[in-house]
Amino acid sequence: MLRVEKLSTFYGNIQALRDVTLRARRGNITTIIGANGAGKTTLLRTVSGLNRARHGLVIYEDRDITSEPPDRIVRGGISMVPQGRQVFAEMTVAENLELGAYTRRRGERAEVASDLDMVLELFPVLADRKRQSAGTLSGGEQQMLAVGRALMSRPRLLMLDEPSMGLAPKVIQSIFKTLHSLHEQGLTILLVEQDAKIALETADYGYVMRTGKVALEGPADELLENEEVRRIYLG
Amino acid sequence: MARREVSRKTLLTVTAVFIAAVAGLTLALKGSTGLQWIVSGLTVGSIYALVAMGFSVIYSSTRVINFAQGEFSMLGGMLMYSIYMRAGLPLPLAFLVSVLIVTLIGAGLERATIHPLRNQSVISVIIVTIGLAIFIRATAKLIWGSEPVKVASFTGDKPLRFLGASIVPQSFWVFGLTLLAFVLVFLFFDRTLLGKGMRAAAANPDAASLMGISSSTSSLVAWTMAAALGAAAGIVIAPINFAYYYAGTMLGLKGFTAAILGGLGSASGAVVGGLLLGVLETIVAGVFPSGYKSAVAFVILILVLLIRPEGLLGRSEGVKV
Repeated sequence: MLRVEKLSTFYGNIQALRDVTLRARRGNITTIIGANGAGKTTLLRTVSGLNRARHGLVIYEDRDITSEPPDRIVRGGISMVPQGRQVFAEMTVAENLELGAYTRRRGERAEVASDLDMVLELFPVLADRKRQSAGTLSGGEQQMLAVGRALMSRPRLLMLDEPSMGLAPKVIQSIFKTLHSLHEQGLTILLVEQDAKIALETADYGYVMRTGKVALEGPADELLENEEVRRIYLG
Repeated sequence: MARREVSRKTLLTVTAVFIAAVAGLTLALKGSTGLQWIVSGLTVGSIYALVAMGFSVIYSSTRVINFAQGEFSMLGGMLMYSIYMRAGLPLPLAFLVSVLIVTLIGAGLERATIHPLRNQSVISVIIVTIGLAIFIRATAKLIWGSEPVKVASFTGDKPLRFLGASIVPQSFWVFGLTLLAFVLVFLFFDRTLLGKGMRAAAANPDAASLMGISSSTSSLVAWTMAAALGAAAGIVIAPINFAYYYAGTMLGLKGFTAAILGGLGSASGAVVGGLLLGVLETIVAGVFPSGYKSAVAFVILILVLLIRPEGLLGRSEGVKV
């Protein structure tokens, strides 16, 4: 579904991605693990159009989207939950979700309403706090809002950047349970995670990134057993 | 550098007390003359408020200070002169046509000169707006010459007497229009999806991009609105001040000061800043030799930037991680 070919991205003169090649298969959960600064976030930001690639290609559903602006990419069906959640703190929960559906056409009102019901069913706590401003939510609730907001554009590929960051283990479990059920409903997921254990346990296929490069890849259960992965990332 | 945080509430209280004290003192010492100053100050302050709203709309959507903002007002006044005074179209039509032309100019300039710079730094765009201001001014001089022209008041010049002060009817048009513009701007940003999207883009550009909110569309809409606001201000003030090709420069600087004073990016801040600046300026012009009048704006500008750069109603920007 998504192919990344020899992608290189720079911040000024600093190279953050070096010829990264990977793919996310339709219906799979693909995860990218690795230490801080390995280039995981840069990779997602380049795919979603927030950062420009200097070399290489991003192919989505057989279309080259490498130099498309972010709004075109969202319209194309890729939605991203950014690192640190980044909800619109001064707006209400309802407004955040409404903005998630920003790209939907006027004729889709009914579908948007039913998607909203679906999101509120997925995260009942958001339904209780609809009129509350997003900044007043707890970290876990904000993460749920960020995921819900991303789902409102009805993506075919959902990318998540460190959804576990700064959350209590219980909350992390519940977020990953939700991802699992979204996956079972057929959503393709590309998951960037520092918590290698939970990421590999959830995913079908995994990539290990180190200093801007893909160092290792394989089926998630094999990576879980891999000597090097165990030593460095699973501790 | 650590700076002691003054709470918003304290600041607003102090400001309100200060305004009340200045107004009270003026009224007590000068009586009806003082009232006259305050009314004139509110009139010119409303115009500053409209111009300041233009600055704020563009700033909050794109982080650009548009130094051509005053020129939109100048164009509005000059076009009104041509369409209303010379071509003789009826008032409402002349008003709408003038605003429409300036709005189209604003949108066109954004597409022609700002849009191509979308990947450049904000500072280069700001420099381009200075170039735009010079360009618009020079073009206006070619078209209309350098002589000030007079636009007739909308509903005559017979002043209304109120507690010894005389108020020209045009003032009421100025107040009404400012109120209307403020309500429209507020409703746009509070109720429409496009407006909410632009607010989201101002608060968090990256997250807004991920929602599919296009920064290019935000920029176009902001420039269009700013041009319309500026034009309306220029048209409605034209009967009180003269319209001429250079009128936009000072108006732009005053509007900028008002926006900074109230808090860049906030529509209510623009109104508070504008009215406050207008009244202070008029009182200073009454008490001191009138040459000091313009100094008021710049003293305020410098003080606000030194003491509280986020302005009276602005919020200090959050720390980015």
